[in-house]
Amino acid sequence: MTAAIREAATAPPQRGGHPDRAYAPYRSTALRAPSQPLVVASPSLVERTAPVFGAADVAPIDADLTQHSTGEPLGERIVVTGRVLDAAGRPVRHQLVEVWQANAAGRYRHDGDLHPAPLDPHFVGGGRCLTDDDGRYRFVTIKPGAYPWRNHHNAWRPAHIHFSLFGTAFTQRLVTQMYFPGDQLFALDPIFSSVTDEKAQQRLIARYDHDTTVAEWALGYQWDIVLDGPGATPPDPDEV
Amino acid sequence: MTGPPEPTPSQTVGPFFAFGLPFDGGGDVVPPGTAGAISLHGTVRDGNGAPVPDALLEFWQAGPDGRLPTRGGSMARDGRTFTGFARVPTDRAGDYTVRTLRPAPVAGSTEAPHLAVTVFARGLLFHLFTRVYFPNHTEANAADPLLSSLPPERAATLIAVPDGWFGGPGYRFDIRMQGAGETVFLDLTGDGAQRSSTIDGAGPA
Ligand SMILES: [Fe+3]
Repeated sequence: MTAAIREAATAPPQRGGHPDRAYAPYRSTALRAPSQPLVVASPSLVERTAPVFGAADVAPIDADLTQHSTGEPLGERIVVTGRVLDAAGRPVRHQLVEVWQANAAGRYRHDGDLHPAPLDPHFVGGGRCLTDDDGRYRFVTIKPGAYPWRNHHNAWRPAHIHFSLFGTAFTQRLVTQMYFPGDQLFALDPIFSSVTDEKAQQRLIARYDHDTTVAEWALGYQWDIVLDGPGATPPDPDEV
Repeated sequence: MTGPPEPTPSQTVGPFFAFGLPFDGGGDVVPPGTAGAISLHGTVRDGNGAPVPDALLEFWQAGPDGRLPTRGGSMARDGRTFTGFARVPTDRAGDYTVRTLRPAPVAGSTEAPHLAVTVFARGLLFHLFTRVYFPNHTEANAADPLLSSLPPERAATLIAVPDGWFGGPGYRFDIRMQGAGETVFLDLTGDGAQRSSTIDGAGPA
């Protein structure tokens, strides 16, 4: 697999550091990546706005994935926080952030997950919150475990948290994954490695932050997310 | 001085989004029995024509008044406010269904009425954008900047096909991810003075 990943990495990086949809080392792309080039279109007025979420959609407890049961989930409690920014560096305020992840043993609460690792009765693994005035999100959760998958022999995903983001325009929609620093599985993982540009890879990795760590309680990670694509509002003249 | 930040790369939604993203009634933009409700339904297929049972679709649209919703509640939904947002996973047969209202033209828009669509799936490293148009807006569709720029057989992949539905009028909109009859997918990033001029240094004037 490392040879296939190394070979695919010689292709020129995609704009913005995004993966090429037809990335051969991730086998499932073979029948799901379009064969026609994308049609370049100017975003419509619909696509220049975004779905609206508010206090009714998200309860404060939705941001604490350790509080969704009667008992404490097993594993290493962590705080994950950061800011959601647009391509001009402006905060994306009051927009929806959603996460989902495996438990500490690397098992998802999903019928399709056949990994023979234990389910945790006290961990579901889904959370949501709205960004604040500064574009900041914050989740309390458990550090997810690595898990095997069937892409190739002895394939393991590095520990990751799935993230879903909305911007001020539909064009900015992003689903991605956050990784943890120093994982030995990065170079062996076709999904992480589908981002071939090394600098872009670094943008997928959270930073351990001792100021975010809560004494006697949880380790802290910082991860800022930058949305691609044209935003809804024209750039602030002061920033141009 | 530091430049604008670089984007966070996309990663696949994977196979296990079921407890993270879908929500109860995610396809019910309007409640059952709403006057004028339509169903929009179809099948997502891969390059072999096989159904894709682990895709997730999102739809965003103006209401029948031509306005884009500006109030929160797109998940909680109070049953009265039109939120214009739907999110549905495909089922084991690759099928999805949304119940909504037909959009009206947005004031000041040159585009024919349409729904904006995002496609996520296992095996798809970066989501795809497409649009659903309706066949009855013949004149508006003919003048639409996107539809009119496409060969007819490709434009046809963006136009919903009327068909019946147990609850009233319905439209079929199938999505073919790859191969024969491949749906037109859009690159919507080309707009930006904002990005291309700052990142590449040579964007449109
Ligand atoms: Fe995962």
